[in-house]
Amino acid sequence: MQFFIDNFPLLRDAFLTTLSLSLLAGLLALVLGTLLAALRVSPITPLRGLATFYVETFRNTPLTVVFFFLIFGLPQIDFAVGFFTGSVIAVGLYTAAFVAEAVRSGINAVPSGQAEASRALGLSFGQSLREVVLPQAFRTVVPPLGNVWIAMVKNTSIAAGFAVTELTASLQRLSNANAGELVLVLLAIVLGYMLITVPSAFAVSRLERRVAILR
Amino acid sequence: MRITRYAAAFAAIGVVLTGCSSEAGNQAEQQTGNTVAVETETSFEPGTTMAELAEAGTMTVGTKFDQPGFGLLNPNTKAPEGFDVEIAKLIAAQLGIAPEDITWTETVSANREPFLMNGQVDMVAATYTINDDRKQKIDFAGPYYEAGQDIMVAAGNPLGIEGPDDLAGKRVCSVEGSTPAENIRTNYPEAQLTLFDVYSKCADALTNGQVDAVTTDNVILTGLVAGNPDGFELVGNPFTKEPYGIGVPKGDDAFRAFINDTLEEAFDNGDWADAWDRTAGAISGTEAPEPPAVDRY
Amino acid sequence: MSTPVLFDLPGPKARARIRLSTVVGAVLILAIVVFVLVRLGGNGQLEAQRWSVLFDPNSGVPQALGEALVATLKVAALGMVLATALGMLLAVGRLSDRWWVRVPVTTVIEFFRAIPLLVVIFTLYFVLPGFGVRLSAYSALTGGLVLYNMAVLAEIFRAGILSVDRGQREAAFGLGLRKSQVMTLVLLPQAVRRMLPVLVAQLVVLLKDSSLGFIIGYFELLRQARSLVEFFTPTFGNQYTFQLYVAAALIYIIVNVAISQVARYIERRTSRNAKAGRVAPVPMPDEGMTAPVPVPRR
Repeated sequence: MQFFIDNFPLLRDAFLTTLSLSLLAGLLALVLGTLLAALRVSPITPLRGLATFYVETFRNTPLTVVFFFLIFGLPQIDFAVGFFTGSVIAVGLYTAAFVAEAVRSGINAVPSGQAEASRALGLSFGQSLREVVLPQAFRTVVPPLGNVWIAMVKNTSIAAGFAVTELTASLQRLSNANAGELVLVLLAIVLGYMLITVPSAFAVSRLERRVAILR
Repeated sequence: MRITRYAAAFAAIGVVLTGCSSEAGNQAEQQTGNTVAVETETSFEPGTTMAELAEAGTMTVGTKFDQPGFGLLNPNTKAPEGFDVEIAKLIAAQLGIAPEDITWTETVSANREPFLMNGQVDMVAATYTINDDRKQKIDFAGPYYEAGQDIMVAAGNPLGIEGPDDLAGKRVCSVEGSTPAENIRTNYPEAQLTLFDVYSKCADALTNGQVDAVTTDNVILTGLVAGNPDGFELVGNPFTKEPYGIGVPKGDDAFRAFINDTLEEAFDNGDWADAWDRTAGAISGTEAPEPPAVDRY
Repeated sequence: MSTPVLFDLPGPKARARIRLSTVVGAVLILAIVVFVLVRLGGNGQLEAQRWSVLFDPNSGVPQALGEALVATLKVAALGMVLATALGMLLAVGRLSDRWWVRVPVTTVIEFFRAIPLLVVIFTLYFVLPGFGVRLSAYSALTGGLVLYNMAVLAEIFRAGILSVDRGQREAAFGLGLRKSQVMTLVLLPQAVRRMLPVLVAQLVVLLKDSSLGFIIGYFELLRQARSLVEFFTPTFGNQYTFQLYVAAALIYIIVNVAISQVARYIERRTSRNAKAGRVAPVPMPDEGMTAPVPVPRR
């Protein structure tokens, strides 16, 4: 118990860093991912190609590599971002590819009659996507998106190697300082992640049931 | 298939590039010539660690794989090279174990004590500072070198950093969980710490101007400066004492005494200075210093 | 593509507009590429000498990267086999009628889904030895990948089993098959076929996650690239850093795209053989997770 009391401020800060990193990256991924999904069904070929290229590249590259390019590669083209910002962007860009895939499968799951009907009503591509297809698609993809979110929260642990003092970084620091209490250190860190992932998983399965009824 | 086409294009680039040679490829084979004779006749009191290791003819040594001059993995030979490695070879030689019979295990700052406590390694030679905290869990032979925490800055020292007191308000890079980082955190809280998992990232960050200074033991910084003499410079004002020791399992006093004897012998017969000249000394261009006094506590 | 319902077949005016945006889009992309190349060139990153190190056997780089690729594939292959087998077992267990099977299995699945893989690997390698269990870096990394991915794959399989039409199950029971027979003869074969794309996507994730071996010093691709960077730095400064990481990234992408292509090929073959006609795809999992939902059936 003494261990938790002694290190509470450190653990709390680390938890809050993980949480804010997750929330910001999640927001970026959601916006960018939806945009990419829209591009992938758009009539303009280069945009479709660009979106496909983006998704394929990021889905097939380890997140650590993405981090390397964001943190140490960007300065090679004379841009530099802070380490926290860089981590948000790295996790966000990477996760966007998975969001895009989830949303696209959602778009494909919307019965084509819906799109046909909105076209028949004279809505443009943008309008039918915005007003008719995407709202329904999002409903179908809430569970997969929830899972993308949970995986992303855990992926933020990679930021530990890139100067962001989040939960996993504290694991490295505390385990060195408290080699005898390694199990306690580990417990604290795991609890920190579960504080985010378990309620999220619970919410996702609640939503899963709600959606299943709606269908 | 599209993929095949890409692969072909990639291979073509490769063929073209093979035409021109790289600087790294032209680098002469590095010879770490093994000058130390391996003992052939060894006799140790039965039951001691030395007897067991000599009997087995092999031992496992924990060292760093990412520390230029002390323990750096050579991707061509798959073996680490450096001063720590040479010291370990000296000790192994006294046990009748040839360098090629040593199993090298990478130890990072965080796992050196656990590895010794769990018996995953027989000893650790890994820029391992002797201190009382660690002595609670393991024992140290040596020291065989005394380093000190120092600061590395961009060439020309644009911010005029001369010592740790000048770090206030500056972005200082080190490794998460390391002693130098803890030292800055407790004694110089004004400094803004930026913590990576390895020092090579600190060097990249300093090159890119993402941090203002890098701090850790001077010998580690020397290795980084050697790679980029136009980009980095060492402040050269060590502000701590870091005696490096050989970590052995707690309570193995016979083994510790044996290593101490071996070290003192190497100090006297020139093997120690020779090992320095071939490794850390070659990188930093410095003469071997006076060997430290072994601490037989 | 099943999407053209979203827009009309373009008329002459729209075609002109699309052509224009196509050109603008292409020019924009080209401009970005040129910009990046110019900046890289300005920083000396495009010198042939810097790139040729990747192909120069005298530098030891191609051999080292090749061996690292083998090390990566070794971990990934064993991890894939074990994780798939265990994942299937866990999925069946989670669907069991007996609570004393279902509850512990569910706990295991949910536990390993909730904690980061990095933490699992760290525990296996650094904490377990304290309890007398010693694992090599290879076993610890493989073990971590298996524990984590079996939980994810279990959920994928469960979703697949649940997505098999209820009539199949009922008919099988009606024919007098036992519970285990219904599962192994009727549900699993259909589920696996339907799960294939998601399964492969997860295996790609597993391969990529092997890069987390860096934390315990397993020399997979990324750790090897870093090691090469560190080896060259004292002599050559950081002139090869960017190139080596680009090389590592490209190797990952090539291997993963190849796996995905194989999957697509198998998928085409199986869907041709499927008598049931079009097989409803199960939604993509994200990296690491799947949709534990049955596919909404229409």
